[in-house]
Amino acid sequence: MQATSHAGYAGNHDHDSHGHPTGWKRWVTTTNHKDIGTMYLWFSFVMFLVGGAMSLIIRAELFAPGLQYVSPEFYNQMLTLHALIMVFGAIMPAFVGFANWMIPMMIGASDMAFARLNNWSFWLLPPAAILLTASLFMPGGAAGTGWTLYPPLSVQMGMGMDMAIFAVHILGMSSIMGSINIVTTILNLRTPGMTLMKMPLFCWTWLVTGFLLIASMPILAGAVTMLLTDRHFGTSFFAAAGGGDPVLFQHIFWFFGHPEVYIIALPAFGVVSHVIPAFSRKPLFGYASMVYAIAAIGLISFFVWAHHMYVTGIPLTGQLYFMYATMLIAVPTGVKVFNWVTTMWRGSLTFETPMLFALGFLVLFTIGGLTGLVLAMTAVDIQLQDTYYVVAHFHYVMVAGALFSAYAGLYFWLPKWTGHMYNEKLGKLHFWLSMIFFNIAFFPQHFLGLAGMPRRIPDYAQQFADFNVISGIGAFGFGFSQLLVLVIVFQAVKGGAKASSRPWDGAHGLEWTVPSPAPYHTFEDPPVFNQAEAHG
Amino acid sequence: MLCGTAPTLSGEREKMARHSNNDHDNKRLRTRFTGRLFAGLLGLLSGAANAAWELNLQEPVTATARRVYELHSLLLWVIAVIFVGVFAVVAYSLVFHRKSKGHKPATFHDNTAVELAWTIVPTLILIAIAFPATSALVDMRDTSQPDVTVKVTGYQWKWGYEYLTGDAAGIKYMSVLSTPRDQIENKAPKGEHYLLEVDHPLVVPVGKKVRILTTANDVIHNWSVPAFAVKTDAVPGFLRDTWFRAEKEGTYRGQCSELCGKDHGFMPVVVEVVSEEKYAAWVADQKQQMAAVAEDPNKAWTLEEQVALGEKIYTANCAACHQANGEGLPPAFPALNGSKIATGPQQAHLELVINGKPGTAMAAFGGQLSDTDIAAVVAYERNAWTNKLGEVIQPADVKALRGK
Repeated sequence: MQATSHAGYAGNHDHDSHGHPTGWKRWVTTTNHKDIGTMYLWFSFVMFLVGGAMSLIIRAELFAPGLQYVSPEFYNQMLTLHALIMVFGAIMPAFVGFANWMIPMMIGASDMAFARLNNWSFWLLPPAAILLTASLFMPGGAAGTGWTLYPPLSVQMGMGMDMAIFAVHILGMSSIMGSINIVTTILNLRTPGMTLMKMPLFCWTWLVTGFLLIASMPILAGAVTMLLTDRHFGTSFFAAAGGGDPVLFQHIFWFFGHPEVYIIALPAFGVVSHVIPAFSRKPLFGYASMVYAIAAIGLISFFVWAHHMYVTGIPLTGQLYFMYATMLIAVPTGVKVFNWVTTMWRGSLTFETPMLFALGFLVLFTIGGLTGLVLAMTAVDIQLQDTYYVVAHFHYVMVAGALFSAYAGLYFWLPKWTGHMYNEKLGKLHFWLSMIFFNIAFFPQHFLGLAGMPRRIPDYAQQFADFNVISGIGAFGFGFSQLLVLVIVFQAVKGGAKASSRPWDGAHGLEWTVPSPAPYHTFEDPPVFNQAEAHG
Repeated sequence: MLCGTAPTLSGEREKMARHSNNDHDNKRLRTRFTGRLFAGLLGLLSGAANAAWELNLQEPVTATARRVYELHSLLLWVIAVIFVGVFAVVAYSLVFHRKSKGHKPATFHDNTAVELAWTIVPTLILIAIAFPATSALVDMRDTSQPDVTVKVTGYQWKWGYEYLTGDAAGIKYMSVLSTPRDQIENKAPKGEHYLLEVDHPLVVPVGKKVRILTTANDVIHNWSVPAFAVKTDAVPGFLRDTWFRAEKEGTYRGQCSELCGKDHGFMPVVVEVVSEEKYAAWVADQKQQMAAVAEDPNKAWTLEEQVALGEKIYTANCAACHQANGEGLPPAFPALNGSKIATGPQQAHLELVINGKPGTAMAAFGGQLSDTDIAAVVAYERNAWTNKLGEVIQPADVKALRGK
C-alpha cells in the first residue's frame, strides 16, 4: 500500500544515498518496516480471499441436504484449511502488518528493533502458505481433521498432514520472531518522554499479544512435533495402546489455542481504541483501566484452556474450576466495552467508514462475548459443544471482532499510507454490505446449534435445511462484498483527494505528525513528545 | 435474543413428521424458499414459528436436560438485558451526541467510581449465575447407582452397544445408519428421518437411570442426544461415563459430535425409550435371537449363501470406505476389486480383516464381527465384482486364525 517511491525523499535522508534495490528485489531484501508492513497486509488479504473461497465451498455444499458438490473427505479438508488459513494466514499477519506499519510511527522510532529479522519473519510466511495449500494436491489430500488436529484422527491422515505440521512450525517461527521484534521495539525504542502509561493503546495490546505469542507458539510447535513423531517414529504420546493419551494433545493444543484467541482479539481491541476516540473527538475513557484489562485478559487466557474440553471427561472439579475462570474473563472484557461506550458518550460523533466498522465491531463483538458467557457455563456448553452455536459464537468474535476492527484500521490509516483519501461512498457501502450479510450468514447458526446441528458435517437432517439456506445466502453476499476492498484500496493507491498529515480532525498520536503519505523513513531523530499527542 | 420469545416446542417425532416433505429437489427448495423465508420471519414475529424454524434447545426429556434448558433461558435473559442496556446508551450517543447536530465534545476521560462499579456489578452478576450453573453440573456428573449400564463403543462410522448389567447383560450389537445411499446422493426422495435413523437403536426402559460408558475403537467420537443433555467423548483406550433418566417414551435422535473422519456426519445416535414391559419383552426377544443365531460351527456353507450374507455385512461395515462397487476411494481407501489382497492368499486377507492395519483407517474387525460374519464378508469380497475366485470360507478357518 506504500505506493510512493522512496526516491522522492532521498535528498532528506543521508543513508538513502547508498541506494536501495528497486523492483522485486526491493521487496525481497527490504528491511523497512513500512515495506514489510505492506507485504504483510497484502499477504493476509490474499490468504483471506483463499480461505474465504474455501468457506464458500463449504456453504455451497450445505445449501441443501444431501451431498451435492464435494465428497465428505474433501469437505473435511476444506473446513480444516479454511480455519488454518484464516487464523494463521489472514488474521494474524494482518495485525502484524498493522504493527509493522504503525508501531514505529506511533512511538517515534525510525524502524523496528531487528530490521533484518523482520524481513525473515515475513518471508517465512509464503513457504508456509504454499505448504498448506499444496497439501490439497497430495495423495489423500490435505489434513481433514479440523484446525484442532486432534489425534488419533490426525495420525490416520496422509502426507497432507505432515505438510500442515511443517507449515505450523514455520508459521510459529515467524510469529515468535515477529513478536520478539515487536516487544523489543515497544520496550526500547519509544521516544523520550513516552512512558509506558502514555503509550498508544495499540502498542499496549501488541506488547501483551507479543508475550502471549512468545509463550504459546512453542507449545503448539511441541504439540505438532509430538504428533509428527507419533505418526512416523513409533512414539505413543497420544496413543493409548502405547501408554499415551489422546486427550493429552487437546490439553496441549488448547493451552496454546486459548491464548491464540486473545492473540487475535487484543490487537483488534487496540485498533478500536484508536478509532472510537478519534471519531468521538474525545479522549479514550479509562486509559489506565484499559491497560489493566488488557493485561488481565492476557494473563487469564492461560488459565481457561479446558473450557474447550468440557465433554472430554475431565473431572467435575476441573470443569468447575474452568467454568469459574472463564466467567472471570467476562469482567475485564466488559470493562473494555463499557470504556468504549463511555468514550462515545457526550462526544462529537461522526460516522466515516473507520468509525462504522468500529461500531460494527462493538455491537457484534459484544454479541460474541455474551454468547461466550453462555458457553462458559459447563452444563449449557455440554449441550452446545460441537454444534453450530459454537460456530456462530467464534465467527462473531473472529470475523466481526478481528476482521471488522482490521477494516476500521485499514480505512483509518489508509490515507497515511497512500497519501490519498479512499472513496468514502464505497467504504460505507462495504461496511453496510458486510454488516448485513455477516448477520444473515451467522445469526441463524445460533438457532441451528440450539436445535442440535453438529458442526463439521457435510450433510444434515432436514429440519436444519431452512436456516442453512439463509446462512448460505449471507455467506455468499458477505464473501463477494469483500472484493470491494480491492477496488477501494487500488483507487486510493492510484489517486484521489490528497490527504493532509492529519486527515481525521479528532485523531491523536505521533503518526499524524508526519506527512501523508508517510515518508520512506520517519523519525530518524526521536520526535518531541508532548501532551497533545499523548494517549494516557 | 429472539429465543426469548420462542414458542413451546413440539416433540421430536412430530417435528420430523411435519417436516417430511421431500427436499431432495433443490430447485423446488429454492423457489419455495422466498415463501418460507417470509413465513418464517412472520413466525419469528408472532412467536408461532413452525417446526422447521426451531429457535431453541430441543424439548428436554430428562430432569437434567430441563435444568440445562432453564439455565440457558436464564442466561439468555441476562445477556439480553446487558445487551439492551449497553446499546441503549450507545444508541443515545449515536442520536444525540453527533457532530452534525453541533454537539460539542466533553473532555472527561476517567471516573474511578464508575469504573469500580462496572467491575464489581458484573462480578456480582457472575457469582449469582454460578450457583445454578454449579448445581446443574454436579447433578449432570452424578452417575452413581444406575439401573441399566450400557457400554457404547464408537467405530468409524457406527456405534456398538453392549448391555453390561441386569437381564439384558450380554446383549451386544452394532448400530449403523440406515438411510439409503440413494437419498444421500439425491437420487431418491429423502425420508422423514433422513440421516437420523439406524438399523438397531439403543433400547432403554423409561424412568430408569441409564449409565452410558463410552469408549472408541479407532479415533475420538462423541455420543450425544440433545433431548437428554447428554454429550460425552468416546476416547479410544479410555472409559468415560454419563447418564440419563428419560421421562417419556419415544424415539430420541442425536449425532456423533466430534469430527471422526470422512463419515462423521453419517453416524447418528438413536435411542428408543420404551415402557418396562416392552423393554423386558425386547430383552427376551434379543436373548432368543442370540440363541437362535448362535452359530453352528460345523455348518457347511454354500457359495451363494455365504455371498448373500457377506454382501449384507459388506454394505454395513465396508462400503463406506471401499465403496459398494469395490473401487474404494484411493489412496486413503484402496480398491478391493482386483486388489492384491482380495485376489491373493486367503489367509492374508482374513488376517487383515481380523487384525486391521495399524496407522490407517482399516479397523480390526476381529472384535466386531463373528467368525461366520468374517468368513462371509471375506468370501463376498473374493467373489464379488471381477474377483471371481469361487472360494467358500469356513467359519472354523477364521476361528483358527484369531489370536495369531
